[in-house]
Amino acid sequence: MEILVCVKRVPDTSENEITVNKDGTDIEREDLVYSVNEWDNYAVEEAIRLRDKVGGSVTVVSLGPEDAEEVVRREMAMGADKGIHLMDAAFEASDGYGIATALKAEILKGSYDLVLTGAQADDGAGQVGGMLAAMLQWPFAALVNKVEVADDGTLKVGREIAGGNQEFSEIRLPCVLSIQTGINEPRYVGIRGIRKVASVEIPVHGAADLGLSLEAVGAAAARVKRLDYFLPELGEGAEILEGTEEEIIDKLIELLKSKGGIK
Amino acid sequence: MKMVLISPAKASFFGIPARLLWWIIPLAGTGIFFYFLYRRSIPLRKASADPRTDRLLTRAGAALRYALAQYRQPRYPFAGLLHILLFAGFVILSARSVNLVFLGIVEGFTLPGLSGPLGTVYAGIKDMAATVVLVTCLIAMVRRGLFKPKRYEVPPRYGKSHTAEAMGVLLMISTLMLADAFFEGSQAAFQVQNNMEARVLLPFSLKAMAAALLGQSPPSALQTVHWLSYLIHEVVFFFFLCFLPLGKHFHVVTSFFNVFFMKLDKGTVKPVRWDVSREALDDLESFGVKKLEDFTWKHMLDFYSCADCGRCSDNCPAHAAGRPLSPRFISIKCRDALFERYPLFGTGAGEEKALVGDVLEADELWSCTTCGACEEECPLLIEYIDKIVDLRRALVDEGRVPLSLQKPLGALEKRGNPYGKMERKRAQWAQDLEYVRVLGKKGSADTLYFVDSITSYDDRIQEIARAAARVLQGAGVDFGILGPAERDSGHEVRRFGEEMLFLELKDKNTEAILRSGAKRIVTADPHTFNALRHDYEGIPEVAHLSQVLDEKIAAGALRLKGVHDPKAVYTYHDPCYLGRHNGIYDAPRRVLDAIPGLNRVEMERAKDRSFCCGGGGLMLFYEPVEETRMGKIRVEMARKAGATVIVTACPFCMVNIEDAIKTSGLEGKMQAVDLVELVCRQMDPEPMPRKGPPAGIHAKDAHGK
Repeated sequence: MEILVCVKRVPDTSENEITVNKDGTDIEREDLVYSVNEWDNYAVEEAIRLRDKVGGSVTVVSLGPEDAEEVVRREMAMGADKGIHLMDAAFEASDGYGIATALKAEILKGSYDLVLTGAQADDGAGQVGGMLAAMLQWPFAALVNKVEVADDGTLKVGREIAGGNQEFSEIRLPCVLSIQTGINEPRYVGIRGIRKVASVEIPVHGAADLGLSLEAVGAAAARVKRLDYFLPELGEGAEILEGTEEEIIDKLIELLKSKGGIK
Repeated sequence: MKMVLISPAKASFFGIPARLLWWIIPLAGTGIFFYFLYRRSIPLRKASADPRTDRLLTRAGAALRYALAQYRQPRYPFAGLLHILLFAGFVILSARSVNLVFLGIVEGFTLPGLSGPLGTVYAGIKDMAATVVLVTCLIAMVRRGLFKPKRYEVPPRYGKSHTAEAMGVLLMISTLMLADAFFEGSQAAFQVQNNMEARVLLPFSLKAMAAALLGQSPPSALQTVHWLSYLIHEVVFFFFLCFLPLGKHFHVVTSFFNVFFMKLDKGTVKPVRWDVSREALDDLESFGVKKLEDFTWKHMLDFYSCADCGRCSDNCPAHAAGRPLSPRFISIKCRDALFERYPLFGTGAGEEKALVGDVLEADELWSCTTCGACEEECPLLIEYIDKIVDLRRALVDEGRVPLSLQKPLGALEKRGNPYGKMERKRAQWAQDLEYVRVLGKKGSADTLYFVDSITSYDDRIQEIARAAARVLQGAGVDFGILGPAERDSGHEVRRFGEEMLFLELKDKNTEAILRSGAKRIVTADPHTFNALRHDYEGIPEVAHLSQVLDEKIAAGALRLKGVHDPKAVYTYHDPCYLGRHNGIYDAPRRVLDAIPGLNRVEMERAKDRSFCCGGGGLMLFYEPVEETRMGKIRVEMARKAGATVIVTACPFCMVNIEDAIKTSGLEGKMQAVDLVELVCRQMDPEPMPRKGPPAGIHAKDAHGK
């Protein structure tokens, strides 16, 4: 099975203090450390496991500036066979639609049976997977937490629904799945693993390579424009508890009791 | 004419001289024994390199101390005594056994030197030894069969009970003792019957008892007993010899070598491969121990040498807390796997077992805090930490790292600390201590205080950093810190198997330390202390703060006032990496005892038997399968000792013990304090206030203004 996994380089939320910059146009990016978007990591692990079970290959693709190569390499250290880096000045300031457009073009250059994305990205809106499927006119399943391969060109995919229940669906290949965390335990990528793939050539594809016109991607094509970043103001009913840890806990218990949250 | 029984050498059955048999049995026995040794040596020759032929005098000393003098046996007084008696008997009687074997071949044979009066003395000693050995065997059998000490139990998941093997061996030894007693006893009885003077008979010796028992038997019966007991001795002796390499009694053969080739450098971790330089590590196909042959030959010898005494697991805190780790079974399971893959006859199982998965389990390996209690206890000096680290290296190489550890490892890679906190906030704990200087470009100091990650970033532990700084300042030490240039020392990174990440951290730290220009390094964290002392090279000398405090108090540079809570009972908890791994037990105790009026008690498990609090560094992130927390067990030990304050000298001990006090419901009844915090509290005059004048002005001048 030929599998393509779309991955994104994002600021690592557990290792950064995210603050909004002064003019509210972006977050403060100095001093940030980046990593592979957590959901994508699960998607790559799932792809590797599927490949190990049924054969085929795993390709990892990431769209972004120069630094995006780093996450492609990391996922290759994890066990992906090939990497592709989509980079072009024309891609800058693309919205989800623009990104999906570029990815679709890349996918049609190959012959993939299955495309995986993370269910969402730490800094994203969770839209690329769905749009990509629609553009390709492929079936799509979101928030997938289980994948089983059947012999007849279909997959059985699971999704958690309300109350912790599990829902199972059948989906025909080729298709797009957005992967939920917890579907597996992604393997660790050590320094040694990264060094082993340090010199592997990762092809870079630009808009022209993908046969895309400059109007199809980037700021010009963006249908959604970001306006502002700010910390929401404290609203009615919101309260920040103060004091020592113990005091805060006591106050919280009291509040929960008085509002009927706990008995 | 001398009236004696016909000796075995002269005997013949159905016209065939028995001497033939007395040739065949020893030749066959030793032949099989050496063939077995050869077969057992095969995996050792396929194993990884492990240079152990340095410091030969030290090694000879160790062999004398641990093998011949049985130095560690009395740590378990009763079992130790039994073993020492058996071992002494073994040493004394080996000459007699050899003599007996030759007696069948050469009529009246005596070993050179044992024919004259020396022989008479020896005969008396060996008669006594044989008696003692038999009594010891009987006691050992009763102990093992009736009283069943808990540490010999085999939990169902580790297979069947080992009692049968132990009993079988005790029976064989007893049989040997009795056979010789009846062999000589029948002769003595015969001589007495013929009014001859029998050879010296020690009253109450086995031989005397056998002679008395046989006293009235007819000569023909005596002759039969004489021959039969000889035959039994021959058969059992050589059967036992060949039985040794089959199980835990292989230690009889291997333990001398195992001790001689022991690991001499405590606190260190073996390199990934002894025969591969650091520069060549990147070219290695595989890292760590993935299959049996990846172990070093010495580690295989360890498996062969394990006597299954269970002392390691009896002292293992992870085992006590119900984690899936029992060091004893690491040895036993790997030994059995070696036996299966390299059998005595034929070729081993075709399909190779996965070392981690089929033989060992990953959880077992991640459960170890590397506290070293097992290695401290093992009478045969078997190593566990290096093996576990090697096995973890393999897991890391294969990406099999628990998710709970992946986050902190990732953060260490990117931010140099496991919490993912910003580098520039590393010195934030010192922001209101103006005299704490960041060394490097701007300036140098005599002493570098290496803070390390937890003490830099953890809200509670930052208190230790502040106390350390205030005490150092108060004691007149010219010191500074590395600030944002400091990285995690990598102590646990290395011990959790991520060698390459450790090397990166080490390089960055080494560079920053050398740039600081400091001549000495101090740290309040024993893990850091151990890393800098044993894992780093080419940096200034490192001391733990407890040593500096001890030194300053002795020199009068640091004075302590009377204890502020005279009713409190203090106990000192030895951190593993200060005590066991570095032998620093007395300095912190002297510091405590320098506080006037302080009432200090010892816990039952103290010093080299200290009980790990739960582990440090990455271990704080690991989510083990366990029944209880090690910290809770430790706090209970302190309570039993009557203590109300647990003093420790390690930030991780602080985290674990404070946590355990809370979860044990002892809040308000029990306290934990770091040695440095305590000294800071007891300083006279008091240390500089937080907002102090700049460095250079002595604390005394600032006081009271």
